[in-house]
Amino acid sequence: MIMEELQTMKKKIYLEQPKERISGSEAVVRCLLAEGVDIIYGYPGGAIMPVYDELYKYQNEIHHVLTRHEQGATHAAQGYARISGKVGVAMATSGPGATNLITGIADAQIDSTPMVCITGQVASHLLGSDAFQETDIVGISTPVTKWNHQITNATEIPEVIAKAFYIARSGRPGPVLIDITKDAQFEEFDFQYKKCDGVRSYLPVPKTEKASLDQAAEMINSAKKPMIVWGQGVILAHAEEELKSMMEKTGIPAAWTILGASAISTSHPLNIGMVGMHGNYAPNVLTNDCDVLIAIGMRFDDRVTGKLDEYAKQAKIIHFEIDPAEVDKNVKTNVAVLGDAKESLTQILPLLETKTHHSWLKKFKDLYAIEFEKVIKNDLHPTKDGLTMGEVLNEINTQSGGKAAIVSDVGQHQMITCRYADFNVSKSNITSGGLGTMGFALPAAIGAKMAAPNREVIAIIGDGGYQMTIQELGTIFQQKTAVKIVVLNNDFLGMVRQWQQLFFDKRYASTEMTNPDFVAIAKGYQIQARRVSERKDLGSAIEEMMKSQDAYFLEVCVEKEDNVFPMVPSGASVSDIRLE
Amino acid sequence: MEIKELFTVSIYTENHIGLLNRISAIFQRRHINIESLNTSVSEIEGVSRFTILVKMTEKEVKKIIGQIEKQVEVIKAFYHTDDQTIYQESCLFKIKSDLLFEERQIQNIIKDSNARIVTVNKVFFVLEKSGRRNEIELLHRELSVFGIMQFVRSGRIAVTKDEMKITEMLAAFNN
Repeated sequence: MIMEELQTMKKKIYLEQPKERISGSEAVVRCLLAEGVDIIYGYPGGAIMPVYDELYKYQNEIHHVLTRHEQGATHAAQGYARISGKVGVAMATSGPGATNLITGIADAQIDSTPMVCITGQVASHLLGSDAFQETDIVGISTPVTKWNHQITNATEIPEVIAKAFYIARSGRPGPVLIDITKDAQFEEFDFQYKKCDGVRSYLPVPKTEKASLDQAAEMINSAKKPMIVWGQGVILAHAEEELKSMMEKTGIPAAWTILGASAISTSHPLNIGMVGMHGNYAPNVLTNDCDVLIAIGMRFDDRVTGKLDEYAKQAKIIHFEIDPAEVDKNVKTNVAVLGDAKESLTQILPLLETKTHHSWLKKFKDLYAIEFEKVIKNDLHPTKDGLTMGEVLNEINTQSGGKAAIVSDVGQHQMITCRYADFNVSKSNITSGGLGTMGFALPAAIGAKMAAPNREVIAIIGDGGYQMTIQELGTIFQQKTAVKIVVLNNDFLGMVRQWQQLFFDKRYASTEMTNPDFVAIAKGYQIQARRVSERKDLGSAIEEMMKSQDAYFLEVCVEKEDNVFPMVPSGASVSDIRLE
Repeated sequence: MEIKELFTVSIYTENHIGLLNRISAIFQRRHINIESLNTSVSEIEGVSRFTILVKMTEKEVKKIIGQIEKQVEVIKAFYHTDDQTIYQESCLFKIKSDLLFEERQIQNIIKDSNARIVTVNKVFFVLEKSGRRNEIELLHRELSVFGIMQFVRSGRIAVTKDEMKITEMLAAFNN
């Protein structure tokens, strides 16, 4: 009763909050504060200057991080969002500032990351006139945003920003862009903020049908060789515990997509590894042997399925999914359980029978033994002279206890990281999965460390991707962000080189890199730095890095022409995965 | 290989700037050519209706519908085959007025085709015809013998034989 009264009182206070006459730009900052934003990443410029002027006044309440490029601002906001589950915020000016956000926005869209981007725009009377730094950012960002909107009157600001945050974080999350003309930023109006709790035409979470749960439960209970493949949907729905309970009750082996990594500890006995192009041998091969495939919060990306015509054709498919557009998009399902994963897994658990699948699970273990012999052993415990990426990961695992958040970039090192990193804490694998954005890791690690300052955040990056956003070392320097940066340097764009070796007769077109002195560059930003090229120094270097209270840069010179295996060649079936 | 068919896609939406761009981008991504497109108000105040004619496989159109419905400001999207809808197109012909008096045949064509004369002046007259695509094409063929100064045809508009239940849907969103 008391609680109820409190609720109504709270509501009243909200509704009856007095109106205040303030400028549009101050309203922007006040809206961000009302949404609980504590950090924003951005870059100032002409058309967003009034908002920056307000940020200056509110600098004790909201921390603005000046990145060295707008793309870095979006990736930092993504890193912040991915580790915390909160909405990341990026800000930029009009024209080039706005267009520089696009890569990060597209990345957030395909990886379902909640993000709000705010851009300044030329004054409304100049719209469409090719004014200085004018670009149609709403038009440009339309295909890569969950929602976007242009504000030309200050009075729209509270409602539109409230809606932006609501849309970004609800349902299947995604990026939202709000473009605000400069005159709207200057305009004064009567400000009053009200949080958004619904949009008429938008149903964030579809209803879970009881019938679909019954059908799915029956299918799971009668399965002889069931297999779970979970994705990021489990993390986004905070359904890690529910998934674990389901696995443990039913004894079903469970594999994960790259973005699903870390939802369940990598050491869990029913965790059978990663699916997909460079995933583990067993779950890929046995995808084409299982009788029921239970997909949870994943979208059957082509890097997961390989050749669709030969993907799990023998299996009945159950798809737990929040986004109805994903059902039957790539793989035809027998039962679709729509809704929020936490909700639907909670509901299905009592309907599931307690079981074990010993002989079926043994099949996974047997295939793992083959993969270990042919691939993993040589990756993690090499006998050859040159350093492998795998042994670096192995050393990081040992020294971090699998508790660090790992931010990886895109390419060979990313696949090695996702294959070998130990994960014992959810939301610990931050990487660009869907878009494959080189340059993601360094700025994303900054955002992740700021959102979770008490966690160890280690960025693992290739020499190619590192140089795409290397300027963010400046942000690390200025903000004193204690991220650990490991560059696995093979002087190649390694993944492309691997494909050239395997599929283009070793014609290494533009993949070899003449690299600068990375240690000197880091030192230029006064970041502690060290280079390792011999095995005997690796352990002590990583120890030094882990012990450092500040940012630390470690370059590891690895074998130039190592390949990542296993591999499902493009266009091949998952069961035709190659071990060499 | 599945056969491509004509589908009428009907979309109920909020009236929001940029939504046309958002919807057309979904077709563009999959390299689908839009045969015709019409936007208008609908039976519900404040709700817009898109009528889009596309030629594609049913499997593909289903996926497109999902991706359209996913857009925040889309209330509901449907697809229908021709026999599930009542549909029409409309067209205008601008023709020299002399012909109306000199060519007796034209008057018969107008009468037989149920076309309507919208306006006549000394120089030209304008003929309007609504109907199925083949009726309009027939009229176009018949009149082109005499010379057409201007011709324009609208996109398809269609109502469905089934109920759309949008009002109920909007009520459900509000709850």
